[in-house]
Amino acid sequence: MKVKTNILIVGVGGQGTLLASVLLGNLALLRDFDVKLSEVHGMSQRGGSVVTHVKIDEDGVYSPLIEKGDADIIIAFEKLEAYRWLPYLKDGGTMYVNTHQILPMPVVLGQAEYPDNIEDTLAKHAGTIKSFDAQEIAEKCGTVKAVNVVLLGAASASLPFTEEEWIKVIEENVKPKFVELNKNAFLLGKEV
Amino acid sequence: MLGNEAFARGAYEAGVKVVSSYPGTPSTEVTEVLAGYDGVHTEWAPNEKCGVEVAIGASVGGVRSLSTMKHVGLNVAADPFFTAAYTGVTGGAVILVADDNGCHSSQNEQDSRYYGKSAGVPVLEPSDAAECKDYIKKAYDLSEEYDTIVLIRSNTRVSHSRGVVTLGERVEKERIPYVKDIQKHVAMPAMARKLHVAQENRMNKIAEDCNEMDFNRVEMNDTSIGIITSGICYQYVKEALPDASILKMGMTNPIPKKLIEDFAGKVEKLYVIEEGDPFFEEQIRAMGISLAGGKDLFTIQGEYSANMIREAFGLPVPPSAIIEDAPGRPPLLCAGCPHRGLFHVLSKLKKTVMGDIGCYTLAALPPTSAIDSCLCMGASITMAHGFEKATGDSKDVVAVLGDSTFFHSGITGLVNMYYNGSKGTVIILDNRITGMTGHQHNPASGKNAMGQEAPAIDIKTLCEAIGIKHVVEVDPLDIKAVEKAVKEETGRDELSVIITKRPCVLIVKQTEPPYTIGQDCKNCKQCMKIGCPAIEEKDGKPVIVPDRCVGCGLCANVCAFDVIKGCRKEA
Repeated sequence: MKVKTNILIVGVGGQGTLLASVLLGNLALLRDFDVKLSEVHGMSQRGGSVVTHVKIDEDGVYSPLIEKGDADIIIAFEKLEAYRWLPYLKDGGTMYVNTHQILPMPVVLGQAEYPDNIEDTLAKHAGTIKSFDAQEIAEKCGTVKAVNVVLLGAASASLPFTEEEWIKVIEENVKPKFVELNKNAFLLGKEV
Repeated sequence: MLGNEAFARGAYEAGVKVVSSYPGTPSTEVTEVLAGYDGVHTEWAPNEKCGVEVAIGASVGGVRSLSTMKHVGLNVAADPFFTAAYTGVTGGAVILVADDNGCHSSQNEQDSRYYGKSAGVPVLEPSDAAECKDYIKKAYDLSEEYDTIVLIRSNTRVSHSRGVVTLGERVEKERIPYVKDIQKHVAMPAMARKLHVAQENRMNKIAEDCNEMDFNRVEMNDTSIGIITSGICYQYVKEALPDASILKMGMTNPIPKKLIEDFAGKVEKLYVIEEGDPFFEEQIRAMGISLAGGKDLFTIQGEYSANMIREAFGLPVPPSAIIEDAPGRPPLLCAGCPHRGLFHVLSKLKKTVMGDIGCYTLAALPPTSAIDSCLCMGASITMAHGFEKATGDSKDVVAVLGDSTFFHSGITGLVNMYYNGSKGTVIILDNRITGMTGHQHNPASGKNAMGQEAPAIDIKTLCEAIGIKHVVEVDPLDIKAVEKAVKEETGRDELSVIITKRPCVLIVKQTEPPYTIGQDCKNCKQCMKIGCPAIEEKDGKPVIVPDRCVGCGLCANVCAFDVIKGCRKEA
């Protein structure tokens, strides 16, 4: 079957969503698939809600944007962001959710509430959902910054790439001194 | 490759020799990437006007040149842009402007294509990364063939999307020897009138030739629906209406009239789909061509999408969940940001703060809510001056702007204040870098765009050289000193400048161990009023999240009960 996958990566500015999307883009290039990515730079990187679109299609990609109801997979680096971006998930799509919470400023200031029914709502719409504390696993690897690669490790179960290919793009795209740490993070994520 | 990286690669392959730009999202990476290529002089100019003038000078000097900017930057550079449209080029000269449909990181959504039409300059609009590289290379040939500067119009979605790009080799261009020619290069009235004739003639020639140029492409398919589109919208149209016939315009000024007439004659219903203003739609309607739809179906605001087009054509869109109660997550000043201390003080002292363009605009949001205005680069100083002249009060209003913004267009405003008798206070946030756009060097940072050592201009000396008597420097994390400086300087009946000096926390990288809140916390929540992303509330009491705290100690400085402990040495 031809490969055609839309992956939405959502999180909080500074969590490393960009590196995650670049790794996915390079995996697609390894196989000569057409791929387009769309990112947000600038102001929203400062702790705001961020989203990166990754569209892979053997037959060619036109729009770089994933639309509502159009994502096969959502990888959420934070629980509230999974909830916010849920409308983009295809009916019955797959979600990987880091259960770690980062409270947004309106919640910290008591002007808004962090929803308490997130898991139930996600479960209603997602076909498959994998929620776990990626933060904890990343800390075990040595740094919370590895949370992106831990989540990719988990999501690799839904993606058409081999472990060797994943390791290769990690080696090629991560700074040499962090390669071992990230490989480890990927493998631990994969076991989830 | 990112669209912006593809622009850089294309310019490099075209043999560009001189690049001068001011950073601005979503354009910044083009010049940043070019700085890494050999054989290209790349520089950060203090503002876009300087950048464009450097590029024009390099063109007169006989080499291919480039200046990149965000849409509002072209407003700053409009002066050289309009007259360079008359004088033309020697070496090819390209001006690259990136619009921001959707206001992802900008103060407006202006449509820069009008600059091309108004000045009489050809405009190219690529639709993905592969075209970014292709178009900029061709832009140099176009520029030299027709003796004109060329405007490339990108936007956030084109510049910040990645796609597959095939690399080519750089072609070195021999420098064209300079020949003095005052008829061409001196735009004084007698010459300018003739240059205007030449400019009109060349645009008429391009208007004729563009019907045959490969920037413009017809894709005939089902003839019941025909779409004329450009840029990123082409991608949305292909996805939403795969069977429609399409005229994709890669050059949107001038428009290919013959091609449009021919295409209109072949389809039953003709639509125009373009993001932003009805730029070519109005021109097409003015040709007497009737459209089945254009801006009557689509907004002039924000970004389009394939679903938006599907809905406009009555096509089904995929079902999706509805989420309405997700609390917002606005961006924040980073943990450890040196600006935070100052804004805490300004908020406490209830000053009216004329703000500017930079990360610090975020201090307008709760809990600091310390900024009253944000207009354009440098406007903090001039607006504070106007406000003072209107109210007659210089004590309660201050101007706040960053170091890079000060060099961009704050200096002239400060000269104006001094010259025109202001008694106000200007606060310059000197964090040694251009922060918001991703840490580009500026005239105060001691390095140039290529990472080489460069002279660092001392802001204090510069202000004193103007003649301003009261210029003080203060560490923004030392809030007692900041409060004292703000009270003293605003209290004066003379113009004064406060410079808050501390490098951006993201460039310092080396962080201190996290602070902790002790058991005897009185729960006054004063520390939560500084809006630090590392402080949250747990079980009704503030806590510091260790992996987000960088140990700046500002929270300990505001704690009235001295229960927040860390190990940062006193400022």
